[in-house]
Amino acid sequence: MGEPHIRLVDVVKQFPNSQSLAVDHLNLEIEEGETAVLVGPSGCGKTTTMKMINRLVEPTSGQIYVDGRDVMEQDPVQLRRGIGYVIQTIGLMPHRTIAQNIATVPELLGWEDSRVKSRVTELAGMLELSIELLSRYPSELSGGQRQRVGVARALAADPPVMLMDEPFGAVDPIVRARLQDQFLDIQDRLRKTIVFVTHDIDEAIKMADRIAILNVGGILEQYDSPKEILRNPANDFVREFLGSERGLKRLALIKVSEIEVEEGPVVAPGEPVQKAFEVMESSGSTWTSVVEDGELLGWVDRQALEGKARVSDAPAQKFSAFVTADSSLREALDSLITSETQVAAVVWEGQRYRGVLNLERISREILA
Amino acid sequence: MGVVAEALVWLTDAANWSGTAGIPNRVYEHVRISVFTVMCAAALAIPVGMAIGHTGKGRFLVVTLSNVGRAIPSFAILGLALPIAIKLNLGLGFWPTFIALFALAIPPILTNTYIGVAGVDRDLVEAARGMGMGNRQILRRLEMRLAAPVVMVGLRTASVEVVATATLAAIVAGGGLGRYIIDGFAVRDDARILGGAILVAILAIFTELFMGGVERLARPRTSS
Amino acid sequence: MILAQSTEEPFFRPEWVGRNLDRIWEQLVEHAYLTGLAIAIGLLISIPAGVFAYRHRRAYPPITWFAGFLYTIPSLALFAFLTAYTGLTTLTAEIGLVSYTLLILIRNVVAGLEGVPPDTREAARGMGYTSRQMLWRVELPLAFPVILAGIRVATVTIIGLVTVTSLIGKGGLGAFILQGIQRFFSTPIVVGAVLSVLLAVAADLGLLGLQRVLTPWSREKKWA
Repeated sequence: MGEPHIRLVDVVKQFPNSQSLAVDHLNLEIEEGETAVLVGPSGCGKTTTMKMINRLVEPTSGQIYVDGRDVMEQDPVQLRRGIGYVIQTIGLMPHRTIAQNIATVPELLGWEDSRVKSRVTELAGMLELSIELLSRYPSELSGGQRQRVGVARALAADPPVMLMDEPFGAVDPIVRARLQDQFLDIQDRLRKTIVFVTHDIDEAIKMADRIAILNVGGILEQYDSPKEILRNPANDFVREFLGSERGLKRLALIKVSEIEVEEGPVVAPGEPVQKAFEVMESSGSTWTSVVEDGELLGWVDRQALEGKARVSDAPAQKFSAFVTADSSLREALDSLITSETQVAAVVWEGQRYRGVLNLERISREILA
Repeated sequence: MGVVAEALVWLTDAANWSGTAGIPNRVYEHVRISVFTVMCAAALAIPVGMAIGHTGKGRFLVVTLSNVGRAIPSFAILGLALPIAIKLNLGLGFWPTFIALFALAIPPILTNTYIGVAGVDRDLVEAARGMGMGNRQILRRLEMRLAAPVVMVGLRTASVEVVATATLAAIVAGGGLGRYIIDGFAVRDDARILGGAILVAILAIFTELFMGGVERLARPRTSS
Repeated sequence: MILAQSTEEPFFRPEWVGRNLDRIWEQLVEHAYLTGLAIAIGLLISIPAGVFAYRHRRAYPPITWFAGFLYTIPSLALFAFLTAYTGLTTLTAEIGLVSYTLLILIRNVVAGLEGVPPDTREAARGMGYTSRQMLWRVELPLAFPVILAGIRVATVTIIGLVTVTSLIGKGGLGAFILQGIQRFFSTPIVVGAVLSVLLAVAADLGLLGLQRVLTPWSREKKWA
């Protein structure tokens, strides 16, 4: 990969009338199409850092490059028109309709009316804003709708870079989760380079390709992928900031298909009972799955097979925990511990039996 | 700057500082009618405003009066007071001026008293009632005290307006500092017009500052 | 002094109105013209002054102090003072009238700008508004309801003060009031007073209507 899309080099910010630094010699590289989440406690300079990228805050020293060009050598107004900007309180213009709000930057850039109009309609569709909302004023919308308008407005001129300051912070958790999912979907398609600020580590883990964890005084403690940060926190500050459920949070990021799933003890129904005993013996378990041509019939244990000739002579019990290959390990764990037997969750791949996951296998991932 | 110099000469001329037409007497006339009118207006408007604020009855009267009061020009009030004074055989000068200024002073005092009393936290009143205070005690110990600063703002507004409008009394043959301006217009004496204008301005600004000071005294200590 | 209006003279003679319809119309138009001109010039001064005071906070106290000083000077004194320089002209009337608009208008311009939500301002800056675009497309439109509220108060005030300019030979409907006072004839006083009140009410309602038309966003709050 060549030049990162956004590059911060030794950036320092000291506000006037302040003894301490808000941002302390920060170096950060954000690749094109990546979402970098700046996260940390209040006073860690995450918002300040973000605002230096579109020069709402001027750095005291250091350089910031967007697309390889030093932002300090660009006209701030032109620079900002090329960067999408979403803030927590959204800041919709109360005197402009929703359509006019979304059209703000295209209008500033002097787009033709017809182009603006079709873009607004396109964005309304993308963010699932119904057309009749477009002629209303911001005060007539719900919190969640306003947040979506804020995102639509930032996307309007199709900027390659987006700055988002707690964009989903002002709504209740249910709406927030929905907005996050929706935005992840959109980002999957658009692949913008995003700088995303939040104080919520769970949101950071969910949204980020990479997380920058900042400490008070604008000190970068760790910058890495969510998985890596959860697996290997750089220091006590990061460990503490990640919170007590670090293992669980990491499981949420790992898909079942990403780990090696053991096939587990398997026999075909037509085989002699002796074969089943051998399978159990070698896998060290007291039961075995019964699979015929990739189709799972259930499981049988030692007791049930006692005195029978073939496996099919014993009634196969149904499994009660199932997960698919693209669910997360956290979901697998959940279905495992809430199931009747708590022994194993069956993994499906498509309609076929792939293997089993037991607690041991999952906890091995936590410890990895 | 010639006219201003002439006005200063007029202002410092000893001849203008004695007798009925002298500056001290004109200031006295001006202040007398202003103070008298504001006190009469307060004597009527404060009790009425308190009663309306306390009982909540007659709110419509206050709102209407303050809106209409704002829309009627003070000059028109003075004009209308003249025929009324004549009808009542009160003559020219003092009484028509009084009627006009009185009508002018009522709305701000009444409105502010009403707002002051009605604006007292209802929870406080409820608590006072719960502690066994009667209506009269609530009004005296609670509502009057808490409304005092707002009432003072009303008195200040009324006083400044009354002092300013008392200047117009000269048109209906009243006394006061307006005489110099109206008489000066009649004989085209710029020095007297300007001298009178300066005196009126000083008196108005003094009133504003003085009443502002009184109003500050009425404000509750913020530290307690 | 002979009282031309005896105690038997009726308060109001409708036939006088019939005879003077043309003049009444003329004076009404003059009244509206003097008022409108004063408000327009007042805005041309107050908007830049208010924007300046908003951006340079240290300039705000002296600006309001000066405007407050002008506001406190009684109208007759101010007009009298000005006649020494600009004579009995429309210019004198307008300088005086405009002086009285400034305090109300500047305060409302500043209050209106202060009321612009900070997040809207930040979002606008973040999207690349220049400071000029911010002023014309964001700040002033959002301050407009508050500025218009100031215009309404100033208009009603000025309609009242225009009547005083009758003393310097202008006055719109005030000319009838002065004429009535001088001739002890109440009918023109009533006509002048009533029409100026009606003019004030009509202007106020008209401006309120204008606000509803021009600021559709502030009207539909109840659906939020």
